[in-house]
Amino acid sequence: MIIGQIKDGIVLDHITAGRSMEIYNILKLDRLDCTVALIQNADSGKLTKKDIIKISTPMDLNLDVLGYVDPGITVNYIRDGKVAERRHLCLPERVVDIIKCKNPRCITSTERSLVHEFKLVDPARRLYRCIYCEQQAK
Amino acid sequence: MKNLMNITDLSKEEIQELLVTAEDIIANPQKYKHACSGKLLATLFFEPSTRTRLSFEAAMLRLGGEVLGFSEAASSSTAKGESLSDTIQTVGCYADIIAMRHPKEGAPVVAARRAGVPIINAGDGGHNHPTQTLTDLLTIWKCRHTFEGLTIGLCGDLKFGRTVHSLVAAMARYSGVKFVFIAPAELKFPRYIIEDELESRGIPYEEVSTMEEAMPKLDILYMTRVQKERFFNEADYIRLKDTYILTPDKLKSAKQDLIIMHPLPRVNEISVAVDDDPRALYFDQVKNGMFVRMALIMKLLEVKV
Repeated sequence: MIIGQIKDGIVLDHITAGRSMEIYNILKLDRLDCTVALIQNADSGKLTKKDIIKISTPMDLNLDVLGYVDPGITVNYIRDGKVAERRHLCLPERVVDIIKCKNPRCITSTERSLVHEFKLVDPARRLYRCIYCEQQAK
Repeated sequence: MKNLMNITDLSKEEIQELLVTAEDIIANPQKYKHACSGKLLATLFFEPSTRTRLSFEAAMLRLGGEVLGFSEAASSSTAKGESLSDTIQTVGCYADIIAMRHPKEGAPVVAARRAGVPIINAGDGGHNHPTQTLTDLLTIWKCRHTFEGLTIGLCGDLKFGRTVHSLVAAMARYSGVKFVFIAPAELKFPRYIIEDELESRGIPYEEVSTMEEAMPKLDILYMTRVQKERFFNEADYIRLKDTYILTPDKLKSAKQDLIIMHPLPRVNEISVAVDDDPRALYFDQVKNGMFVRMALIMKLLEVKV
């Protein structure tokens, strides 16, 4: 299968195989009117299998979201057909307004306009806790 | 500006400083009677309390300061639908320091962002109760003059018991401490605190289901009440409320220098027959709470005598 190179845009590489559709939905890529290619189960020396998403237009990405969902992703920013910048993601220290605290006793369940915020407490276990009630993110 | 959200906001050195000040207040109350003259403490209790609120108010009055506040959410603008943030920002315009109890966990974090004055967490849901822990630490310190090498049994509602969560976090920082958790399966000590505070640091603990198997090895027995207000289902509360009742008979196998503690109020979990045992220190805790809160208020207001 051949999918052409893009001139200006973004390539999300090394997505864990099978997770590209989830990433596609989280980034709301269905709202774009440019070409978006979603490649599943591509051969990968590093991962054996991987997914790739190619977006044929420059756009702002929330790297914290991507890092939280799939920290192994490589983000390639393409300009004039070449990789102008490459970012290797990692787990973000803070995750703001991405996941919701499920603890019914947490202040976030009643206080209006309070942004749900989680902090990384154990990178080895990918463990995040609510900054208010310390409930583990699920 | 410093707040107290969680007991671990204070270093071991800061805790020691507070305990030393509290002991000095006990020995020389006259020296401190004008320490906070002209200062105003707001006690905002969105959840009922007798001991903690009166303890804060007595502490401030004994320091020569003044107090204002409310003792239930129904008598605040919360009843009109005001947000916690707005209530706190308003009170922060009047008071120099705020002690707040709230049923929602993490509420003091929200308050600290908006108050503009120091916030003391006087209990947030089943989460933390750091000033009770300071009270507990002062009680232990006065008896043992060390926190190291103690075996601490915690009994009762260890799931929602915010006082035990804060006490474990505080005591886990001292060397040689061991914990024995005595609770029914439904009210076991939260896994996340065990992982974060104990397992990650290799601190020994065991979980048992009866008081009898723990009693002989304990230096401290910390009893807690099964809290009706934390249950969504009353049938579960009724089933669990009398799981553990400390009686003189059960204390026969205990050490002679055991310290029996309870954050109070108690319901049935300690028989009144235990009250006359010299090892029962739960009413000493009450008094210690006022002195250590005096020391804390002075520290957060940066008052020196």
